[in-house]
Amino acid sequence: MIQENKFSTQYRFAFIDEATKREIRRKLLKAISIPGYQVPYSSPEMPIARGWGTGGLHVTLAIIGPKDIFKIIDQGSDASVNACNLRNFVQTMTGVETTLDTEKATIIQTRHRITEEKLSKDQIFVYQVPQPEPLRSVERYENKTRQMHGEADYAKMWVSLYEQFVRHGDIMLGAGYPVKVNGRYIMAPSPIPRWDIPNLNNSEAIHLFGAGREKRLYAVPPYTKVEPLEFEDVKFHIEDFKGTPCFRTGYKKAFLDELYYDDGSKHYVINDSNFLDKLANKETPIQHENDYLNKLENEA
Amino acid sequence: MGYFAVKGGADAIENSLALLDFFRLKEATSPLEISQIVSQLRIAVGKVMSEGSLYTPEYAAIAIKQAEGDLLEAAFILRAYRTTLERRFVSETLNTREMFIRRKISASFREIPGGQILGPSMDYSQRILDVKKAIETSEDIKSILKTFEGKIDKNNLTEISHHDKVIDILNKDGLIQKGNETEDRKLVDITREAIRFPAPRSARLQMMARSETGALMSMGYSSMRGFGSVHPTVGELRYGTVPVRIKDPRGRIRYIGAIEVTEAEMITETKKTNDDGVALFSIGYGLCFGQNDTKVICMGILDTTLRNPDPSLPANDQEFVLYHSEGIEAMGFTNHLKLPHYVTFQSSLNNVREAIERKK
Repeated sequence: MIQENKFSTQYRFAFIDEATKREIRRKLLKAISIPGYQVPYSSPEMPIARGWGTGGLHVTLAIIGPKDIFKIIDQGSDASVNACNLRNFVQTMTGVETTLDTEKATIIQTRHRITEEKLSKDQIFVYQVPQPEPLRSVERYENKTRQMHGEADYAKMWVSLYEQFVRHGDIMLGAGYPVKVNGRYIMAPSPIPRWDIPNLNNSEAIHLFGAGREKRLYAVPPYTKVEPLEFEDVKFHIEDFKGTPCFRTGYKKAFLDELYYDDGSKHYVINDSNFLDKLANKETPIQHENDYLNKLENEA
Repeated sequence: MGYFAVKGGADAIENSLALLDFFRLKEATSPLEISQIVSQLRIAVGKVMSEGSLYTPEYAAIAIKQAEGDLLEAAFILRAYRTTLERRFVSETLNTREMFIRRKISASFREIPGGQILGPSMDYSQRILDVKKAIETSEDIKSILKTFEGKIDKNNLTEISHHDKVIDILNKDGLIQKGNETEDRKLVDITREAIRFPAPRSARLQMMARSETGALMSMGYSSMRGFGSVHPTVGELRYGTVPVRIKDPRGRIRYIGAIEVTEAEMITETKKTNDDGVALFSIGYGLCFGQNDTKVICMGILDTTLRNPDPSLPANDQEFVLYHSEGIEAMGFTNHLKLPHYVTFQSSLNNVREAIERKK
């Protein structure tokens, strides 16, 4: 019997059709095989606007299985409106369990932050990427930047860092600080703060990056060297909160948000909502370890 | 201020969506019917299908209703829906010479084979606000239809015929530049793989067929007005329906229906010459779903400009034209600025504060 499918709104598991999901998985395998290399992919339209996390969604929906536990954050927060919206979409399209607990999640999708809590080898971290091309600020043509990557010709990038130092006395790059992956490709780590950059290095987890609008996928496989670009005498450094404690927990070793209250008073609070909740509940989440954080600890 | 539960975000979304419905329906007018949108908002439906990259008048109409008439938003909804569809067949190449013509005009000759046929067009409608449309009744519609039918002599209908295109005439005289052998003629599918540059013509035409009309118009216009040198003549502009055929598993060609398209062939003088040193014409091609003269004309202009790369002219720059006329991507990204950016902002704030500190 011929079924009348017209105007039916049934969607398959994880929304995207199977052939395209397979294509995305193939491209992800390629991305993992060539750390930091941008792999072009089909990037089908999602019911979420371009620039609102479509690349991250492609990755999540292509790799998610019914037994996965999904967490999503935006600016470090589980509560951000867009994170809520995407969580709801993924949950509706897959029926998977969702969580706010960083440790419990098997797939964590993020916009602009890595969790403060350490990631394990059983976790996949998925980044929403607005601009996958780290060289775009020095070369506007895609045709040329691909060639530059091919030839590992990063001179323009180094010159731009040098110029910043000459003008301002420091490398003025904020979030999305360019990194070199596995000693080969310069990669845009998505606009995570410098605070998070060292946590990409030699990480146990898989880090997958999806840039939907620009149609590129790339990856940092587990235990891969990730180095921020720096000179011998001008070093990369993370954001300095000058020992300011979080006003709710008194904790000093976390990325902080600056809040302004109605009375004009300024407060600093831990940015990572789940990390904050855990500390407030007197739990002791295990944090990433890196030289920059260790240095903070020693100074404190 | 401070932290609110995840529930807060979810509730806010729910309320926002409820308000969206409320503001659409608060006057409690009679519901817009999909069939009304398909038939009475024909141009809008065509535009949404073209930019939405899916030929489906009824679903386009639903999207228009859902988007409260925002055509770009409606096209976006349709594109997202398209992602869920399995691709079972690839159609045989459309042959627009078979078009069942509703409109066919040429600006390059006074008379063309089959004649100039204005067809349904707003070109010569005087743009005077017709306030009578406000009180149009079903009786009015019936009477208009009756009058129209009365003008047709059913016993004296002309036979359906196909005519040569204007470019066929020019071609016979050897006036049209032959296909460039060095040109990349690879057939790619931009919906299955990301576009790479320099992009072959197939990719460029596919991108433009899905482009936002306004964006294509602005870039096409720029080339004519002063930031370029293409000022073409409309060789032929056609609007009508063309048959779509697919090959079934046993290799038989099957007719599966007809789609409404607009097609433009824009003639430009080229810098290249034939063997005798005489300047030749080249053809810029435009095609899209629905009736949209502006879009296909500008697509035709840009097809020509993109075949002559020149980084000093915006309209002759592939990456500039193709990336930035993609309306759905542009809309999404420009609107993403509304998302919170306080982490990235904190990071640059930190840098700037340190720089100020150093100056002290």
